[in-house]
Amino acid sequence: MARIELKQIAHSYLPKPEAESDYALRRHDHVWRDGGAYALLGPSGCGKTTLLNVISGLIQPTEGRVLYDGEDVTDLPPQRRNIAQVFQFPVIYDTMTVYENLAFPLKNRGIDAARIEARVGEVAEMLELTPYLRRRAMALGADAKQKISLGRGLVRSDVAAILFDEPLTVIDPHLKWQLRRKLKQIHERYHLTLIYVTHDQNEALTLADQVAVMVEGEIVQVGTPQDLFEDPQHTFVGYFIGSPGMNILPCAVEPGAAVVDGQRIPLDGRLSDKAGTVQGALELGVRPEYLSLAESGANGAVPVAVKRVEDLGNYKIATLSLGAHTIKAKLPEDQDVPGEQAFLTFPPERTKLYADGRLVA
Amino acid sequence: MTLVLEQIGKVVGGETHMADVSLELRPGSLNLLLGPTLSGKTSLMRLMAGLDRPSTGRLLLDGRDVTGLSVRKRSVAMVYQQFINYPSFTVYDNIASPLRRSGQDRAEIDRKVRAAAESLKIEPLLDRLPDELSGGQQQRTALARALVKEAELLLLDEPLVNLDYKLREELRTELQEIFRKGRSIVVYATTEPLEALMLGGSTAVLDQGRVLQNGPTIEVYHRPTSERVGQVFSDPPMNMIEGEVVDREARLGPVIHVPLSGHLGRLAPGRYRFGVRANHLFVARRNPDQIEIEATAELAEISGSETFIHAAHSGTSWVVQEEGVHSLGLGEEIRVFVEPRHIFVFDRDGGLVEAPEGATPSLAAQ
Amino acid sequence: MGKWEDNKAWFLVLPVFVLVAISAIIPLMTVVNYSVQDIFGPGERYFVGIEWFEEMLANKRLHDALWRQFLFSGLVLLIEIPLGVLIALAMPKRGWGVSVSLVLLALPLLIPWNVIGTIWIIFTRPDIGLLGVAINGLGVEFDHTAAPLDAWITVMLMEVWHWTPLVALLAYAGLRAIPEAYFQAARIDGASPWAVFRYIQLPKMRGVLTIAVLLRFMDSFLIYAEPFVLTGGGPGNSTTFLSIYLVKLSTAMDVGPAAAFSIIYFLIILLFSWLFYQALQNVGTGDRQ
Repeated sequence: MARIELKQIAHSYLPKPEAESDYALRRHDHVWRDGGAYALLGPSGCGKTTLLNVISGLIQPTEGRVLYDGEDVTDLPPQRRNIAQVFQFPVIYDTMTVYENLAFPLKNRGIDAARIEARVGEVAEMLELTPYLRRRAMALGADAKQKISLGRGLVRSDVAAILFDEPLTVIDPHLKWQLRRKLKQIHERYHLTLIYVTHDQNEALTLADQVAVMVEGEIVQVGTPQDLFEDPQHTFVGYFIGSPGMNILPCAVEPGAAVVDGQRIPLDGRLSDKAGTVQGALELGVRPEYLSLAESGANGAVPVAVKRVEDLGNYKIATLSLGAHTIKAKLPEDQDVPGEQAFLTFPPERTKLYADGRLVA
Repeated sequence: MTLVLEQIGKVVGGETHMADVSLELRPGSLNLLLGPTLSGKTSLMRLMAGLDRPSTGRLLLDGRDVTGLSVRKRSVAMVYQQFINYPSFTVYDNIASPLRRSGQDRAEIDRKVRAAAESLKIEPLLDRLPDELSGGQQQRTALARALVKEAELLLLDEPLVNLDYKLREELRTELQEIFRKGRSIVVYATTEPLEALMLGGSTAVLDQGRVLQNGPTIEVYHRPTSERVGQVFSDPPMNMIEGEVVDREARLGPVIHVPLSGHLGRLAPGRYRFGVRANHLFVARRNPDQIEIEATAELAEISGSETFIHAAHSGTSWVVQEEGVHSLGLGEEIRVFVEPRHIFVFDRDGGLVEAPEGATPSLAAQ
Repeated sequence: MGKWEDNKAWFLVLPVFVLVAISAIIPLMTVVNYSVQDIFGPGERYFVGIEWFEEMLANKRLHDALWRQFLFSGLVLLIEIPLGVLIALAMPKRGWGVSVSLVLLALPLLIPWNVIGTIWIIFTRPDIGLLGVAINGLGVEFDHTAAPLDAWITVMLMEVWHWTPLVALLAYAGLRAIPEAYFQAARIDGASPWAVFRYIQLPKMRGVLTIAVLLRFMDSFLIYAEPFVLTGGGPGNSTTFLSIYLVKLSTAMDVGPAAAFSIIYFLIILLFSWLFYQALQNVGTGDRQ
């Protein structure tokens, strides 16, 4: 296992990149700690697979260096980086048995037969593949195939990190959680460095201790699932994590309050002072979970019009309008929602302020 | 136009694909078909569209028998899971194609195409080819093409299933608006209980080619008439445990004792199957009525707003759905809490005996 | 689509039935008719049963032609399939080189059979042909009109030059269809280029290669134009393959034996088509699993 360091890494698929937007991966530094479980989360086309391939060596970055445990591996091909990678679609050597598939990376490295057998046995046991070892890999289901791909990474005891590129895309939904559990168990037992690329927030937050949220070739926040939910550093994180996402409303700031369409929403005093010192368009952000309805306009509650209420069984989602803006609020299942006019309380400690998309703190 | 299905059945090669389906679909209504994969949602839609002929039963359109009438002679639009567009047509021509076939004049076509494109937010893309669009935009185009036809019957077969979840969320909200405005009979197939709840309307729960229950969506959710409906209409599936009512208490499994309060008070002694939805299990005590259950955490799946905790309790697997983010170690001992008023009771054949009272259907009539 | 809706479709298929009847079934029945009769002239014919078949099956010259045919088709497959795969592997994967190599490969495929024959006759003539003169200039005696081996080599050269591109195109299509992830995974697994070929490219090409083998076998089994143009089946009978022998028979007015021979020929091809069809079916189910 290794600590992976990216120094001033940037990548473009164009031969002569000029503008910032030519880069699939914007210049940045990042350290992936030894034994950490990381997820790279973002919508399709955000550059997360590019970043993963830079780490594995399938792509030579346009700029910057990749370091494994301090050693520069930027110019090394993937087979010399001791990396394992599991792809979106299971990669299986069709003509081989499960055993031969698992043994393949070891055989290629000229390891002796006895050690191969011991390692393959161990990995098969861990992945619950032992009963299938003599079967042809091609005849197995997608979940078993994906386990075999993972197994080919795990058999090598010298692996620096295991990289996953949306590996559960083709897996049946009811099998997904079992595989997630398996991955989590393997990580807890062996303390491998895992880097997991996905567009599915559920997968990212479940598997990773640290989640890096990417958008447009840039990592906008790295944090624990809790950090991302409670303290989004960027409006994109607020929007992308959580369902429904954070309410983001353009606003102006006065001492102690944000003003949205003429309505004053109370803010933490320090925050409103700070807002005066930053540049850029200001936006207020608050998660639907933290909003609540009030009886009247007292204590800073804001009048809103009720557009729609959806009863989702154990909670309700109210769609409200504040001036020209739409707000979603997540309310308890026994909450009565008035038909037309309501008052909404924004808790000041949960209400965030963003300037040009970045958190003001 | 009202579409009535009378005891529709479909047998293919000796195998029963559909049995005894009776439904009445009114104009302007939103009808959800909720069921797991292969439960017969697509088959039923094909029968409604007239792509297949039922083996038994009749289809009536405003009282007129249309059983076996070709799809070309009916006013039907359909949207599929896959993003199906004409690859060599621009978005504009794709949307306009059903109108051109019906020979409307150009100004009229243009107006309708632009209106449909606007409602689905693809106006800036009208000159592009489908290949140049993202998956979400391609499906928007397919939806616009179906809407512009103003068909009497609009069939949507899991239209959002192949999209990223954020896109799914956005399109679902937009579709709600669009359905509200339309006059067509909308039939929408889905496997996801949450999607059904968000869209509202009425829901027919399908399983193995049969309609298990049909009614207003929220009512079906709160009063599933059978254990199977409860399973299909819960994600994750309802947690089930065998037990019995004896000595004025309910014993769920070997160690859980529940007093017979509220709706449970009506239970006669005997053996039952008890069910609790994941969202009614908690990992922290909320009130003194809650029963404590010891369990072992197997995995905490975090969706952002919620955490799904898979836990084992005396040989059964349970899923607890909690608000917010909870990280748990594998194998950690936890306590799970449940309130008696949230427990469903089924007889041993799976029929509903008692459902929790609390949430009355009238609350949802917004 | 249910049958109930589109009974009319049968009428649309009718023209095809009529066409197949005229083009295949009626001529075939005529051949069957000839094969069981001895015909001396108009109106003078006698039913002979399976006599012609017995005669043909015992015919030494037919046996020779048949073995010659199998040897030829076998050699063609042995050379063309590996060569085609090698060419496909060597072809560029992207850039302008792709279209250039595709056009170059397609050129031989566009030339008619008899033109190919003529080209190669001239090319290998020992007196004026560029290749023939060059080889003889090296001190090797080469004359396809006189030496059976030289005639064989020339026919093989023609065949290989003409049809290897087809195998290469099929193999290339098969190679291009392999997802990039396989090659990436193989790099990470530390696989050698040979291992990549043996465990990824070859298994993934199995389907297209089966089709290539089928096509090349059938086609080479029917070879006629090249040896006919080159030497008319000579020198001696050294390049008299089945179809050439068949034509020799029928033009000698032995209509009965020729018809019986045609049917035997037809049955051989049918048998091999069926065998290859079965093989193809198995490839299909293998991939589905």
